[in-house]
Amino acid sequence: MLKKPPSVFLASFRSSTYRAYWRQSTHPLASDRSERFERSSVCTSLALHSLRPCRRIFLNFLLLIVVYGVSSTIVLAEDQLAQPAQVQVFDTPNDGGKSLTVVWAAGSQDREDVRYEIWFGEVGDSIEAGPLKVIAEFPSASHYVRESKHGWWTRVGALTDHRFIVRDGKGIELKDGVRYQVAVASVRGTERLMGPKIIATPQPNWFNWNAVNNLVLAVLFGGLVFYSISQAKKKEIFLRRIPGLDAVDEAIGRATELGKPILYLTGAHDMSDPSTIAAAVILGRVAKRTASYETELMVPHRDPITMAVCQEITKQAYLEAGKPDLFKEDSNFFITSDQFSYTAAVDGIMLRKKPAANFFMGAYFAESLLLTETGASTGAIQIAGTDSDHQLPFFVTTCDYTLIGEELYAASAYLSREPVQMGTLRGQDLGKAVLLTAIGVGTVLATIGGIFHAEWPQLLLELFKDVK
Amino acid sequence: MATGLTLCILSFLYKDNPLFKLAEHLYVGVSVGYTIVKAYDTVLVHLIFKPIVENGEWVLLVPVTIGSLMLTRYVPKASWLSRYAFAFIVGVGSGLAIPRTISSFILKQIEDTVRPLLMLAPGGDVTFTWDLHNPASSLNVIIILIGVTSVLFYFFFSVEHTGPGRVVARTGVMFLMISFGAAFGYTVMARMSLLIGRLTDLIEFSDASYGRPTVWLALVTIGTLIFLSRRTQGEPPDQH
Repeated sequence: MLKKPPSVFLASFRSSTYRAYWRQSTHPLASDRSERFERSSVCTSLALHSLRPCRRIFLNFLLLIVVYGVSSTIVLAEDQLAQPAQVQVFDTPNDGGKSLTVVWAAGSQDREDVRYEIWFGEVGDSIEAGPLKVIAEFPSASHYVRESKHGWWTRVGALTDHRFIVRDGKGIELKDGVRYQVAVASVRGTERLMGPKIIATPQPNWFNWNAVNNLVLAVLFGGLVFYSISQAKKKEIFLRRIPGLDAVDEAIGRATELGKPILYLTGAHDMSDPSTIAAAVILGRVAKRTASYETELMVPHRDPITMAVCQEITKQAYLEAGKPDLFKEDSNFFITSDQFSYTAAVDGIMLRKKPAANFFMGAYFAESLLLTETGASTGAIQIAGTDSDHQLPFFVTTCDYTLIGEELYAASAYLSREPVQMGTLRGQDLGKAVLLTAIGVGTVLATIGGIFHAEWPQLLLELFKDVK
Repeated sequence: MATGLTLCILSFLYKDNPLFKLAEHLYVGVSVGYTIVKAYDTVLVHLIFKPIVENGEWVLLVPVTIGSLMLTRYVPKASWLSRYAFAFIVGVGSGLAIPRTISSFILKQIEDTVRPLLMLAPGGDVTFTWDLHNPASSLNVIIILIGVTSVLFYFFFSVEHTGPGRVVARTGVMFLMISFGAAFGYTVMARMSLLIGRLTDLIEFSDASYGRPTVWLALVTIGTLIFLSRRTQGEPPDQH
C-alpha cells in the first residue's frame, strides 16, 4: 500500500468521484453534514457548496503529503546505513593468546558499496580515554563465520555472522592480560556509523579444543596399537614379504665376503623426525649383523645428536651380538651439518673406501641423487629407505632396493620379528583400515550432501577436518 | 676462487683426483668452521649467555643442564647420564611429531580426498563432470579416490597381496610410479637450472674484463689432470 505510486492515491480522491459519492448519500456522515448545513445561520448554502470541494482537495493534499512522507521514510530506512548489530568481542578461544575475536550479525546492508571497519585501541582510565584506530577495512559481504576452518564443536556465532580476528603483529600490539577496546563501524562513502565499543582481554588457553579430533585419533590409533601388541604376544602375526628388507642380509653377506666395509647414512634430519628414529632403529639391526659377521661399519653423520644416539645404538647392538670388543667409537663420526659439503665428503668416502653395501635410510633432500649415483658407480649394493616423497624417484632409479615411505617404518619389525614391533605394525594396519573406511563412508556422505543439499553429512565430515 | 673451485669439483666427472679432494676438503673444512662459529654466536651467546646474564632468565639453566648431560659421554663412569638427555630429545621430538603427522598426513589427506562424486546442478539435475582440467570435477575426484585407496592398501603389511588384493596393490604401485615419474622430471629440470647457473658463471668469468680466469684455470686443471694421470701410469699397480 505504502509503495503504491501517487497516481493510485490521487485517483481515489478525484473530484468527480467525490461528488457522486456525496450525491448517493451513502456515507454515514452525510445526514449529519446536511443537518449541520441546515443549522448554519451564517453561511449561505451556495457558499457552503462552493467551499466544500476546496476543503476536501486541501485535506486530500495534506493526506498525500503524509502518505508520501511515510513511504519515503520507510524506503530511506531500508537504504539507510545501519550500525553493526549484536557485536561481540572476546578472547579468541583455543589459542596461544595475543588474539581477540570480533563477531557481529550480518545485516541487510551487506552490499558492495558498504564496508566494515574494525577500530581498535587500548583501554585508558575510561573507555573514552583510549584512542581508537582503524586496523582493518573490508567489504561488508566478506569475513563470515562460515569461512573459518573451525569445526562445529568450537564455532562461535551463526554461520551467517561476520567474524574478524585481531592478532598481535603487523603493526598491532596485543599483550595477554591487557584490556583492549574494539568497535565495528559500517561505512558507506563518507558516512560512518560506529557500533558500541566493547572491552576484551586476550588470554592464552591451556587446551586447544579445535584439535580434539586429532587427540581422539591419536588415542584411537594408540589403543589399536596396544591391542595389537597384546594379540601379537599371544599368537604369531603374518607379515608380507618386503623385498628391500630381504636384501639387507644379502648386502651384509656380500660385504663380508668381499672384506669391504658397509656405509650407513641416517639422513638429513635430527632425532625429532620419525624417519631418523626409524633409520636409527634399523641401524641397530644392521650393526648387530655386522658385529656377528665381523664386518666394518661406517656411519657418517650430519647431526651431532643423531650421531651420539647412533653411537649408543651401535654399542648396544655389538653387546647383544656378543662382540663388544669389536665396537669402535669412531664407526659413527660427524662430518658437517652443511648439506653439500657433507655430500662431497661421503662421495669421497665411497670412492676411496669402496664400501660393498650402501644404506640410505631417513630423510633426504637434493643430495640424494649425488650420493646414490656415486655409490652406483662404485658397484655397491644400494638399499634406500625414505619418506621424503620428493626424493623417492631418485632412489628408485639409482638403488637396487628402495623402501617406500612406510616400508621404512615397517623395516624394524620385519627385521626383528619381535612381538612388540610386530604388534605395532599390525596396529598401524588396523589404523589404515579405519582411515580407508572413513574415506569410503565420507565420500558417500559428501555425495548425499551434494545431491540433497543436506547439512547433516557436513557435521559428520567435519570430525575429520584438519583444524590447527 | 669460485671459478677454480667449480672446475675442481667438475674434474670429478673425469675421476676422483687430488684437485677434487682439495675442493672437497676445503668445502668440508669451511662449512665446519662456519657451523662452529654460528653455533657459538647463536646458541652460546644469544640463546644462553645474554638471556641469563643480562636479562636474568634463570629458567634457561634447565635446558642448559639437560644439554650439558650430553657432555658426560666423555666421562665413562658418568656417561649413563647422557641417556636422560637423549630420552628427553626423542620424547619431545615424538610428542611434537605425532600430532603434526596426524594433522598433515591423515586429517588433511582425508579432507582433500573426501569429495562428492555427484553434484546438484542449478537446474535441479544431478551432474557428473568429466573435465580433467578441473581438479574438483567428478572424474578427477574418482581418480584421486582410487589412487589414495589403492596406494593405502599397498602399505598394508599384515595382509597378503593375493587375489583381488594383488590387483589393488598393483594399481597402487602404478599410481606411485606415475607420481615418481612426474616428480623426477620436475626435479631434473630444476637441477638443469642449477647447472645452467654454474655454467653462466664460468662463461661470464671467461670475459677479458675479468682476465679470463675460466680459460686459464681450465687449462691449469686439465694440465694437472694429465700430469697426475702420467705419474699414476708410472707407479706399480696397487697390491691391495
